[in-house]
Amino acid sequence: MELVLAAAIGILAASGVWLLLRPRTFQVIIGLTLISYAVNLFIFSIGGLRTGADPVLRDAAGDIAQYADPLPQALVLTAIVIGFATTALFLVVLLTSRGLTGNDHVDGEDGTP
Amino acid sequence: MSNHLIIAPIVLPLLVAALQLLVGEKRRRTVLALSVASCVVLVLLAAALMLAVAGDGALTAVYRIGDWPARFGIVLVADRLSALMVLLASVLALALLPYALGRWQHRGGHFQPLLQFLLMGLNGAFLTGDLFNLFVFFEVLLAASYGLALHGSGARRVSAGLHYIAVNLTASMLFLLGVSLIFGVTGTLNMAALAELIPHVPERTRALLHAGAAILGVAFLIKTAMWPLGFWLPRTYAAASPAVAAMFALMTKVGIYVLLRLSLLLFGDGAGPASSHFGSGWMLWGGVATVVAGTIGMLGARDLAKLAGYNVLISSGTLLGAIGLQLPAVTAGALAYLVISTLAIAAFFLVAGLLASDGDDDTDDSLSLEPYEQLGEASAGEGLYAKEDESRVVISAPIAMLGASFFACALLLAGLPPLSGFLAKFAMLAPMLEAGPRVGAIVLFTLIIVAGFCTVIAMCRAGIQIFWVEPERIFPKVRLVESASIAILLGLCLLLTVLAEAPLRYLRDTARQIHTPAAYIQQVLPAAEAQP
Repeated sequence: MELVLAAAIGILAASGVWLLLRPRTFQVIIGLTLISYAVNLFIFSIGGLRTGADPVLRDAAGDIAQYADPLPQALVLTAIVIGFATTALFLVVLLTSRGLTGNDHVDGEDGTP
Repeated sequence: MSNHLIIAPIVLPLLVAALQLLVGEKRRRTVLALSVASCVVLVLLAAALMLAVAGDGALTAVYRIGDWPARFGIVLVADRLSALMVLLASVLALALLPYALGRWQHRGGHFQPLLQFLLMGLNGAFLTGDLFNLFVFFEVLLAASYGLALHGSGARRVSAGLHYIAVNLTASMLFLLGVSLIFGVTGTLNMAALAELIPHVPERTRALLHAGAAILGVAFLIKTAMWPLGFWLPRTYAAASPAVAAMFALMTKVGIYVLLRLSLLLFGDGAGPASSHFGSGWMLWGGVATVVAGTIGMLGARDLAKLAGYNVLISSGTLLGAIGLQLPAVTAGALAYLVISTLAIAAFFLVAGLLASDGDDDTDDSLSLEPYEQLGEASAGEGLYAKEDESRVVISAPIAMLGASFFACALLLAGLPPLSGFLAKFAMLAPMLEAGPRVGAIVLFTLIIVAGFCTVIAMCRAGIQIFWVEPERIFPKVRLVESASIAILLGLCLLLTVLAEAPLRYLRDTARQIHTPAAYIQQVLPAAEAQP
């Protein structure tokens, strides 16, 4: 399970970085989104991977080691919300830039008129 | 200490901004009155906070949100450093309000609410004692800054804003990676608890902790615009409207603040032999490289706003290098330099904005310094002749005002006597020499002197080109309120020159406090709360 998750995070991050360095604004925003997926999965994984464990103590009985760490889950929720909002804002700026300059190059000019 | 003074600088701008959004853009006077009231109260609150923590000894005020114990809940911590930064932010915002009033706030929507949200994020980032909470406040201030950077719109601004947002979103991702790595190793995000745990981290995971701290540091270095992570800065700042750029002069200092706090708290002398002074060499040499890059850029800058942007880089680099040395006396001087350079660069952005505004679109909105609008309709003919007479005067009042402000900014930025820029630089440079022969200190010392000299050259050249040309070539239109902002900022610098003794003493105590984090840890995590 660890290997699959690590590979998924790695592939997402690598694709994201590659897209981020591309010259088209749409590629940049998809790259940013992929990187934020990778980061969210990474945060989620720092509490340790386990299946079928409750994150919150339902009844006080039992060993604390049987439960999953709830804090990374809370952190990743916050990170998702903030990442989503800022990406939406970036989308607006991207569209404005497209409208003002007439092309979708990140510098606002294509080089090839 | 459970008074609510500490959370007030965060809650107040939030409430005011929400209220301003409800009141709506149309009722400008109400919105403006709310902004002014908020900023005045913020300055008073910050001053009260400063007085509360500036007593004898190492006083730190802790506010536990929801009254959860510090290990489980989020804490806000006010010490001398955070009180200083909160005061600087609110004073800067108050000083900028008259300028924004002039014409900039009408160029786009919601200038005032965004400014209040920016203040909320800044104050929160200065006051929080929790790493993840720091991320949240960083996002608040960045989201507001995106809006402000784009304020006024236009192709140049949107294009620069696009880069700014992309760079900062990437930096936020690095921030999250660093925070989660640190959490994975230590199991806590409270700064004081982290400082307590770091000496006891097993060797097996220490490398992971260092990697996390380094990634986190890179996120802040991007915000501080260290070379080679700072290429976004001059373009964005030059494209932003002047009032916004002046407020942004403080934004790079947020990165400096966090680096100063975390490097001394987490990786200070008490962090054990393996971790103490981790990353300080990077900050020192990164700062040196930034000063060099900023100086070269400044000598090549072709317009005033870019010149100011490269001055921000030099200021960042100088501060980074000074922090990297990790000597209390140098830190005290660096804090003085931080305050003065922020005020001076803000004033310089405003002056540059006014000088550039000639020939701009909305000339009907701006007036000359002479109050000729008081002439009635009947004396319109006289007004015409009066205008003609004015054009014969070689040095008109706006030019004299702008010229004097420009000169004062040049003195402050280059660090020449008699203004406070010199005192701050002297307070920072003198302890570097006393520290003994360290290669880094000597290189940084030399470079700061050279950068100051190059600032003189660049500013002289710019001044000659702007003020000593044919009088017909420039007709800056200056409103009285706009010059009031510049006067307030430069007046503060002047005041700090005259009353240098008390602020410097405060800063020396501040430096001593942040260099001995044991008291901070003890106050945030009292012994009664210690883990069983």
